[in-house]
Amino acid sequence: MNAVKYLFAAYIATWVIHALYIGSLVRRFSRLRQQLKELGKRER
Amino acid sequence: MKRLFPILSIIAVAELAYALYLALVVAPTDALQGDVYRIIYYHVPSAWTAFLLFFINFVASVRYLVRSNASAEKAAKWVAIGIGVVGFIAPFLPLIRKLIPAGMQPSAVSTTIVLIPVLYFLVGKFFPGDKLDVLAVTSAEVGVVFCTIVLVTGPLWARPVWGIWWAPGDIRLTSTLVLWLIYVSYLVLRRFSNSAQTQMLAAALAVFGALDVPLVYLSIWFFRTQHPQPVIGGGGSMDPRMLQVLLFSWMAFLLFGFLVCWSRFRLELLKREVEQAHAMESLVGADASNTSLPLSRSAR
Repeated sequence: MNAVKYLFAAYIATWVIHALYIGSLVRRFSRLRQQLKELGKRER
Repeated sequence: MKRLFPILSIIAVAELAYALYLALVVAPTDALQGDVYRIIYYHVPSAWTAFLLFFINFVASVRYLVRSNASAEKAAKWVAIGIGVVGFIAPFLPLIRKLIPAGMQPSAVSTTIVLIPVLYFLVGKFFPGDKLDVLAVTSAEVGVVFCTIVLVTGPLWARPVWGIWWAPGDIRLTSTLVLWLIYVSYLVLRRFSNSAQTQMLAAALAVFGALDVPLVYLSIWFFRTQHPQPVIGGGGSMDPRMLQVLLFSWMAFLLFGFLVCWSRFRLELLKREVEQAHAMESLVGADASNTSLPLSRSAR
């Protein structure tokens, strides 16, 4: 029964790693879009 | 295309939720390990997905390295075809069959080898020019994420079953850690090097790094390891219900991995677009200052 905590820890760790990575992708996307917007403004 | 991503995302979420249900509820409990064995449904699909992504990275890197030289490109094409033809036939020849580790199916070896030319030509067709490099960095980064999961879930499984977190010196574990380190160094190189040769250097590193993938995969056949024997393709005796859940879980992770790769690919394209815009802006700025200098002198 005690071993089940390792099972849940593994499943939670998997989704935490995926969530962190997807979060980093979203952050990088929004930063690049912001930069692109600023470049567009400067061109005008 | 714009609608495809959200549709596939919904399918992926549904598949992952169903895979979780199958893994925790439907799959039978292991007689020896109890419920903790269910880590297999995340650990093994993550490992297979990581291997596939590193393999894509290898193919994209090879194509990127040879693309500037027509004769090298031609030679690589024929090598890929040769590997496919020989690899398809050789595992069934009695002499080669003797060399294949016991339990490993010749058809599994043959299918795996045929994937090399198939992937080589698919990658070349769908990712022309600089997109090869974009594909290489995408597959390496997402592959590292999946490999990280393998390295985290592995010790969490080992602790209750083996009584230790890590088996020092075990070739499967060590080679997986080395594989992870190679691809992390690949990403670090790409992130912090500003040289014009960075992409070429990274591609060369990726080609050598990929050599570790077969070592990781085959280590449990050729060496005595603490790590258990393969569950499929190696004559393992896995319950068919467990196997079905494992394969479904892998399909779900593959689709999820594909969507993550798709996003990362778009991010890399956007990053290059921004870099190009910055370069153009500084060029225009430099041009303006160059033309304004003689003007201001003449004004004097």
